[in-house]
Amino acid sequence: MRDPSFGELVGFGPEGWGAALLTATGMTLAVAIGGFAAGSVIGAGVTSAKLSRNGVLRAFGDGYTTVLRGIPDLLVIYLFYFGGSAALGAAGRLFGAEGFIGMPAFITGVLAIGVVSGAYQAEVFRGAFNTISRGELEAARSVGMGTWLRFRRIIAPQVLRYAIPGLGNTWQLVLKESALISVTGLVELLRQSQIAAGSTHRPFDFYITAALLYLVITAASSHLFRRAEARSLRGVRRT
Amino acid sequence: MDFTFLWETFLHLLSGVPLTLNLALVSTALGAMLAVLLTAMRMSALPPLGWASQFYVFVFRGTPLLVQMFVIYYGLGQFRPVLQSWGLWAFFREPYWCAIFALSLNTAAYASEILRGGLQAVPHQQVEAARASGMWGFLLYRRIILPIAMRQALPAYGSEIILMVKATSLASVITMLEVTGLAAKLISQSYRAVEVFVVAGIIYLALNFAITRLVAFIEWWMSPHLRPVQTASSGAALQHA
Repeated sequence: MRDPSFGELVGFGPEGWGAALLTATGMTLAVAIGGFAAGSVIGAGVTSAKLSRNGVLRAFGDGYTTVLRGIPDLLVIYLFYFGGSAALGAAGRLFGAEGFIGMPAFITGVLAIGVVSGAYQAEVFRGAFNTISRGELEAARSVGMGTWLRFRRIIAPQVLRYAIPGLGNTWQLVLKESALISVTGLVELLRQSQIAAGSTHRPFDFYITAALLYLVITAASSHLFRRAEARSLRGVRRT
Repeated sequence: MDFTFLWETFLHLLSGVPLTLNLALVSTALGAMLAVLLTAMRMSALPPLGWASQFYVFVFRGTPLLVQMFVIYYGLGQFRPVLQSWGLWAFFREPYWCAIFALSLNTAAYASEILRGGLQAVPHQQVEAARASGMWGFLLYRRIILPIAMRQALPAYGSEIILMVKATSLASVITMLEVTGLAAKLISQSYRAVEVFVVAGIIYLALNFAITRLVAFIEWWMSPHLRPVQTASSGAALQHA
């Protein structure tokens, strides 16, 4: 039997892994988008802690960003994967279930990426918040806007506008970090390539294909973020 | 709190610190050399060299480091007979060298962009003044451009070194037992994820804190013109304090 060519291996024929690789790419995108969204929520919370007048909250916010940006992402993933399984097991025993309960890999991925990217997004949001002029916040308060209304009408639109470039960088980090989730067994792009490489003994072909697919996603998303940035700045006077 | 377990974990993970530092320092140094070459290509007058450098940066910043490591460590194994005939197999067989290789290639892409930013931030008047007083070529770089560019690039480069220390943890996936590798092994044996995580986290934070302070010191040492001037009165005030 002759060896299949590179095209046959990654294509959509009977010996091709094309469909599996594309599905796995979808899983990579799903876990990255889920983690990024979770990170936005966490980041917004941590930013408001960092900007709060309460010293304890400020210390918590600063500690959060320092710690989560200072330790390897892989450790956080292991914490959520093994720690989550241990917690689930303990909760299971409480209700009479026996044995090991595995933490679902997708949820592990979203949580771990969310917790780490939350720290990076908090720094992005804080930088963007500092560009809002104090006068605008005072003006909003003086016309009687409450906290929530001020957040919705004055703060959020401007923070998002100035945060787009930083969020774009964080998204690229998240996308690349999602490859680490493969260690938990979640069948995303890298894990699927590992499986294919193992069963065909053609690791180079599959890892290069995975690299190309990641490259396509990062290139496309940096293009989209540039478009979004240009669009968000329509109303800003250029000096 | 089981302090005995925490202490034993700490001692155990500490034995991985030399490898973590070794991977980070060797690949940062090799990556810096490659970065200088990439930046020189990017700034050169020959367009093809610039394109090659841009393409390199695009590829290595656009793909996950773990994928790069897998291509090098597992992927190149596919060409074992070729590598053996070239005498390179002894190199690509070792996870240590593959990790160093991947980390160096990866950091070079980021470092070259930092270096380029630093070079572009050198004020043009300074270069013109140096040229007007007859400095040229290497002397111009040594006395004017490089000191200013390095000072500009240092804060960003410091963050890159921290990122490298964190990135060495990926070497654990290709069987290297540095701090994260030891931690992962310990977690899967003891199922005490939180304790092991806390201890490993403290070790990484301590390493990164030390690096941050070191970079801040170098920055201080490189910018004597920004320090407050030591005057007779301030010296006297210090003595009184």
